[in-house]
Amino acid sequence: MSAGVLQAKLWYAQRISAMVLGICVAIHLLIIFYAIRGGLSAQEILGRTQGNVLFAIFYEVFVLACFVHAPIGLANILQETFPKTEIARPLSWILALMILILGTTAVVGVYTGGQI
Amino acid sequence: MSNTDLKVRVWRGSQEGEFVEYLVPRNPNQTVLDVVTYIQRKLDPTLSYRFACRVGMCGSCAMTVNGVARWTCRTHVSQILQGDSLEIAPLNNLPVIKDLATDMREFFNKWKGAVGFFKGNQTRHDDFAKIEPNSEERQLANAGIECIGCGVCYASCEVLEARPNYLGPAALNRAWTLTNDVRDVQQLERMRAVAGDAGCHACHSQGSCTERCPKAIEPTASIAGLKKLVARAAVRGSKWGKL
Amino acid sequence: MSSRPRLDYRAKSHLSYFAYACHRFSGLLLACFIPLHFLMLSQSLRGAQGFEQSLALTDIWIFKFGEWALVILLAIHLAGGVRLLMIEFGPWNGLRKGWIQLSILFAIACGLLFLYFAN
Repeated sequence: MSAGVLQAKLWYAQRISAMVLGICVAIHLLIIFYAIRGGLSAQEILGRTQGNVLFAIFYEVFVLACFVHAPIGLANILQETFPKTEIARPLSWILALMILILGTTAVVGVYTGGQI
Repeated sequence: MSNTDLKVRVWRGSQEGEFVEYLVPRNPNQTVLDVVTYIQRKLDPTLSYRFACRVGMCGSCAMTVNGVARWTCRTHVSQILQGDSLEIAPLNNLPVIKDLATDMREFFNKWKGAVGFFKGNQTRHDDFAKIEPNSEERQLANAGIECIGCGVCYASCEVLEARPNYLGPAALNRAWTLTNDVRDVQQLERMRAVAGDAGCHACHSQGSCTERCPKAIEPTASIAGLKKLVARAAVRGSKWGKL
Repeated sequence: MSSRPRLDYRAKSHLSYFAYACHRFSGLLLACFIPLHFLMLSQSLRGAQGFEQSLALTDIWIFKFGEWALVILLAIHLAGGVRLLMIEFGPWNGLRKGWIQLSILFAIACGLLFLYFAN
């Protein structure tokens, strides 16, 4: 795949994931405002998410969209801020793996509540 | 109205140099080009600068005035004066030849690089091409064809600082107008030329080009059009072939 | 003798650039925060009690301030992002300056809502 085609596909993937995130973030903000009333507690959070397949699917979609969206954005910033180095790709990949692994772990965590 | 002279700081030198201050008498209806011309004719004949039509048609007199790229013949001193001083420098993002004159070769080479030129496949023996003026493509092309290559947008674009190979707003705008010219036969080469790091996807829609264009052209719109076109071609292929 | 002048704040003092800068800055901070956020949430694997212990960490005031700041950053990035999607995919209607003003109001509203709902 030529460099041009790669850049075009990365741009497209980042914008499509942005559209997914637009919806996820809007819903997430509403959940945040609902959840923080009267303070946050583990019981409350797990009470909502434990065993809830819908929440699990929603948040995993959220994680996957972040996994695509954030590293491409970071790669652009790094490439422009440090143009003479090669750190853009490795650092973005590190972020991508962190998001995917930690994010899925978190989703599994709140779905199972520790009862695997 | 004050009668004190204008304190005009002008860039002297090339890539290395300094700002030199000149005192220029104030006049009503004075443009920045009038000020530069006064300095060169009356105060310092070694000052180098460009202008041609002096009536806002050719774009030759574009310079950086108080940090912003403008046509100096169309900029009244009273519009931009800060106290009684103003600062005049060459256009940004272009190498300086001397004083206020920049080397515009890379600017025009990038038009070529973006395949910003027309090529058809008809000859004088064929009938005229019939282009419907109200067609969507023609309207899109018309929105961008008034560009006269003055370089103001190019000088205003921050992306060029981080990516010197970036084709820039003018070249990409021109490419977009030709993408919408149904008579042109180089669409595949053009798409390949404007894809990639140096092409349309490097644009962050900061909008400085659109903000500063003296002809109210909107390169941000043209580049957005190219982004969609190239992305779809990369993923799904285009009517002109595979990217 | 100095180097020729370059683009400075004067060239960038317009609304659309400000929107770009906010979007980039908020995105960068969110990208740094998200792995930590997931790490915290994955403590739920310790069960309700273990999770509660980790959550107690967030009672420290700096975390509370951070949460509030992140909600605002999220609002900014969302609104700015929708504006970009409108510019890049929607029918062209200029640099969407009205949308920038709306984004600022939206971010302020989210910040205030957070303070109102949090105790």
